Amino acid sequence: MGAEQFQKHILTVITFLPLAGAALIALIPRRATTAIKAVAFAVSAATFAISVPLFFWFRTGTPGMQFTVDVPWITLLGQQAIRYSVGIDGISLFMVLLTTFLTMIAIAGSFAGIKDREREYYALMLMLETGMLGVFIALDLVLFYVFWEAMLIPMYFIIGVWGGPRRIYAAVKFFIYTMAGSLLMLVAIIAMAVMKYQATGVLTFSVQELYGLEMARGTQTLLFLAYALAFAIKVPMFPFHTWLPDAHVEAPTAGSVILAGVLLKMGTYGFLRFCIPFFPEASLAFAPVMIALGIIGIIYGALVALVQPDMKKLVAYSSVSHLGVSVLGIFVFTLQGAQGSLVQMISHGFSTGALFLLVGMIYERRHTRLIEDYGGIWAVMPKYGAIFIIITMASIGLPFLSGFVGEWLVLVGSWLANPWYAVLAATGAILSACYMLWMLQRVLQGPITRDENRALKDLNFREMVVLVPLVAGTIWLGVYPKPFLDRMEPSVDNVIRMVQTAGVSSPAAYQADAAAGEEAR
Amino acid sequence: MIGDFLWLIPAFPLAGVLVNGLLGHRLPRMLSGTVACLAVLGSAVVSVMGLLHLLQTPAGQAREIHQTLFPWISTGSFQTSVSLMLDPLSAVMACVVTGVGFLIHVYSTGYMAHDPRYHRYFTYLNLFTFAMLLLVLADNFLLMFVGWEGVGLCSYLLIGFWFQKPSAAAAGKKAFLVNRVGDFGFLLGMLFIFAVFGSLDYRVVFDKVAAEPGAITATLTAICLLLFVGATGKSAQIPLYVWLPDAMEGPTPVSALIHAATMVTAGVYMVARCSILFVNAPAALLVIAIIGAATALFAATIGLVQNDIKRVLAYSTVSQLGYMFMACGVGAFAAAIFHLMTHAFFKALLFLGAGSVIHGIHEEQDIRRMGGLMKWMPITGFTFWIGTLAIAGIPPLSGFFSKDEIIWYSLAGPMGHWAFWAVGVVTAVLTAFYMARLTFKTFHGQPRMPEEIRSKIHESPLSMTTVLTALAVGAVFAGLVNIPEAIGHRLHLPENSIAAFTHFLEPSIVEKKEAALLIANAAGNAPVGFVRPAPHVDHALELPLMGLTFVLALLSIALGASWYVRRPGTATALAARAPALYSLLLNKYYVDEIYSAIIVRPGMAFSRFLWRGVDVLIIDGLVNAVAWFFGIASRLFRVVQSGYVRGYAAGMLAGALIVIWVLSR
Repeated sequence: MGAEQFQKHILTVITFLPLAGAALIALIPRRATTAIKAVAFAVSAATFAISVPLFFWFRTGTPGMQFTVDVPWITLLGQQAIRYSVGIDGISLFMVLLTTFLTMIAIAGSFAGIKDREREYYALMLMLETGMLGVFIALDLVLFYVFWEAMLIPMYFIIGVWGGPRRIYAAVKFFIYTMAGSLLMLVAIIAMAVMKYQATGVLTFSVQELYGLEMARGTQTLLFLAYALAFAIKVPMFPFHTWLPDAHVEAPTAGSVILAGVLLKMGTYGFLRFCIPFFPEASLAFAPVMIALGIIGIIYGALVALVQPDMKKLVAYSSVSHLGVSVLGIFVFTLQGAQGSLVQMISHGFSTGALFLLVGMIYERRHTRLIEDYGGIWAVMPKYGAIFIIITMASIGLPFLSGFVGEWLVLVGSWLANPWYAVLAATGAILSACYMLWMLQRVLQGPITRDENRALKDLNFREMVVLVPLVAGTIWLGVYPKPFLDRMEPSVDNVIRMVQTAGVSSPAAYQADAAAGEEAR
Repeated sequence: MIGDFLWLIPAFPLAGVLVNGLLGHRLPRMLSGTVACLAVLGSAVVSVMGLLHLLQTPAGQAREIHQTLFPWISTGSFQTSVSLMLDPLSAVMACVVTGVGFLIHVYSTGYMAHDPRYHRYFTYLNLFTFAMLLLVLADNFLLMFVGWEGVGLCSYLLIGFWFQKPSAAAAGKKAFLVNRVGDFGFLLGMLFIFAVFGSLDYRVVFDKVAAEPGAITATLTAICLLLFVGATGKSAQIPLYVWLPDAMEGPTPVSALIHAATMVTAGVYMVARCSILFVNAPAALLVIAIIGAATALFAATIGLVQNDIKRVLAYSTVSQLGYMFMACGVGAFAAAIFHLMTHAFFKALLFLGAGSVIHGIHEEQDIRRMGGLMKWMPITGFTFWIGTLAIAGIPPLSGFFSKDEIIWYSLAGPMGHWAFWAVGVVTAVLTAFYMARLTFKTFHGQPRMPEEIRSKIHESPLSMTTVLTALAVGAVFAGLVNIPEAIGHRLHLPENSIAAFTHFLEPSIVEKKEAALLIANAAGNAPVGFVRPAPHVDHALELPLMGLTFVLALLSIALGASWYVRRPGTATALAARAPALYSLLLNKYYVDEIYSAIIVRPGMAFSRFLWRGVDVLIIDGLVNAVAWFFGIASRLFRVVQSGYVRGYAAGMLAGALIVIWVLSR
């Protein structure tokens, strides 16, 4: 395969390399755990390494899909209706990179925590990576749906087999919640293809060909709701979030990292890629609801996080809060809001991923995640404390760390839409500091009250290697976000324009908002 | 050109952070401390060069140097970059921060010599210096906010430096959270500014406001009040001052640097920096003047009865910051910056003196167990007296000039009022009294510490006393850079030496006469009708009023000597006569308790209700109820799962037919 061929098929290579790795792991003898770990890490590292050139080869300044491949897959009614169609734009580029990066970190972070059935575990992790990457690169709705559902299965097993005491309950809850949402989405996908077929005689599931599909207002509303429910559950938006704390608490560390770091982003990604471009008018009409749920999520998630006795639950509820910011940023339909939303997604991947790893690392030492079982451990774990504090600061949006860039842009975008959105959302900055710093106080600071904690060992070399890239990521994104923002901007702008064009002929609600924004200006 | 080297000012301490943060635990202490001190010295040298450059720039030319380093958050119409600006105001601030900062770094090498986390201390201290320099050198609001939050982080880390102490950990958290409340206002203020002006660059925003004075008074009032909310947090004003007294849990040099000389003045700096916005929003100025005056008086009354040497100084700092805000509020921004500068010297001196005392008598902080220390610690005692006289406003020490300028303009300034003047004078009297009380109880009278430690009391090492001496020199002479006209003219001083500091700051800050015009102009459009610029006050009054304050201050000190040295017990007897008032003051008006009762506890209870009630009971209960319903239903439908292949085949066929029918319809 020549360099040009490689560049053309790079997405396919990235996506299926982990699957091949999973197959390879299946061939290794069960006892050879070192070999299994080595292969799993090597494959995930190779996948990440191959995905890095995407960042450099990606052409900035254009909203279109790049690295596209489009070949027929399944023929229906004599037409090549379902296609293997993949590609990335400035939105999915970062989702792909985040996935390859975090999977590599999550696999390296599993070496100490996973002590049985390693072969199955690492094979499933790699299969999961293929599923997640497929979701982000698919440009055909059937292909997308296949990956979307396929990804659930490895995740289900990762929680259900390697999870905590209530793992079965959590895994089933996760599975059913998500399935409930996505079945309606499947109906909506089929309905759209049918409508397109009726209108043009062409049977297609191509995302781009289905953009701009004319449909009656009522139909659009129904279809929007079908998609939105699937994505709202995934995000998860209030009040569809109760699967998340259970799934996080029971999942093994790497499962939590992937769940928070990548899976949740599929919801917000889905809004940007499908919901809004497919149904701009309905998106506008429902924007106030989505914004309200986003803001409720920010405040509610933060308040509930405040009183959690379990560190993992605390971080899980903080995710509800952080993703609320992302949802708000999307549905205010301003360039800054949507850009901020994307940055927030990446930043949340770094910071929350790192937080779950940090919690996992002391869990592996002490086998408890309860805040009250710790206290004063900074004295015995200086490196751990330092990294915990940096990550906390990233999470609560300290400037020059990644969290601030996303939150700030979302606030700018929200203020331009309606200042009160920003006022309400900005309370999250106070509340997030409350729950995170209070946790730090009770875990890291104060005297050591339990004898078991006196002998805790500080982070070892492997753990540092796992965490330092995440710290570096938050600093890079926080100090110099330009390479990220430049690559996203045209694609994000494109999505926003679709809505704004629809807004011209649109319901009063939006125009009133827009007028309010103008007034503020 | 200096313009190409501005980046060095913050870069030196950042390099110090990297060296000590990454390698500090491997370095010998000596080297670790030296690196940190040299890093700040490097910035100090560049800052002074910048200041000299500006001083040499002829008055006609722009005294403003910009350096853009790299683009930061930029998307669509929102553009910001990491750019620095050196103008008279930022140069003065940079020199104060690096100058006082350097001295405190040196002092810390002695004070912290035996701390096991020595390198970490210096990492934080350098990080603080870096953030503070970003704050004052930024040329746009967003970069200022980077420094603003950055110093908050360092303050958190340094207050909680001895994090094993629960009270220190709690105080650090409290400082951060209270500041976050203020920053919430600051954030919204920045958003509002961007929405109105389309930029966060000082130049763009200020030029637009200056171009159309009084055009958008209501909007500017809202913006200014939001920004001021940020200032009340950072600079410990009512109602967000509560974190500063607790912040005394940190090492004493930290209290001197962060919680007296530099960080807490950031709010004053910000208001002065935005003076052009504030003079176009007189209602906001009025609020600032009232809050400043109220804080000055309120904190001074608490300071009268506190017994912890550092807490007295902490309330004194809150009170002095109130003076600075009152100066801003009446439209005398340069006077606020002048007091900021002199206060940096004498308050850092007092805190470091307190640190020297604490160091010398084995971690004792309660002045009830001190007394007579002059005998053991003459250098500390002597320099502490200089600080006391300076803050009390005794001429010709620095505090006399800066405080009297504020008191004068609180009457004669553009927004002056006799009530502000009265508060200024009363606070000055209280200040002189509580400082006299503190100094007499610490250094004079009978020693009240236990016998066994008396033999161990010692003067501090050279690294500390040298710094005390250097700051004492500053506390004595710093006021001479801004001799008021009333005195200067009477003494026939050369014209260019009178009010030199104020004139130097003029390019950065709206000058008083212009401020009066702009305020008068904007007051016509003010949303609050009673905002009126001050009536004309006769300049002949200035010297007599100055004399009055001076005499009152002297009397207060004499009263302190009488109560606490000549006839100890007088104060106790007095306190016993008014027990309710005494305990109200001693317990700081119970403000912490009130906040806890109306905010913290209800908030926690509400959160618990959301979790247990809404999340677990209602939402998840509903979800589980649905699951339970399907569980029952599936048992009913189990009949369909008969296990007969022909049954499934029929079902599949029917399904397929439906799909085909739908697709081909």
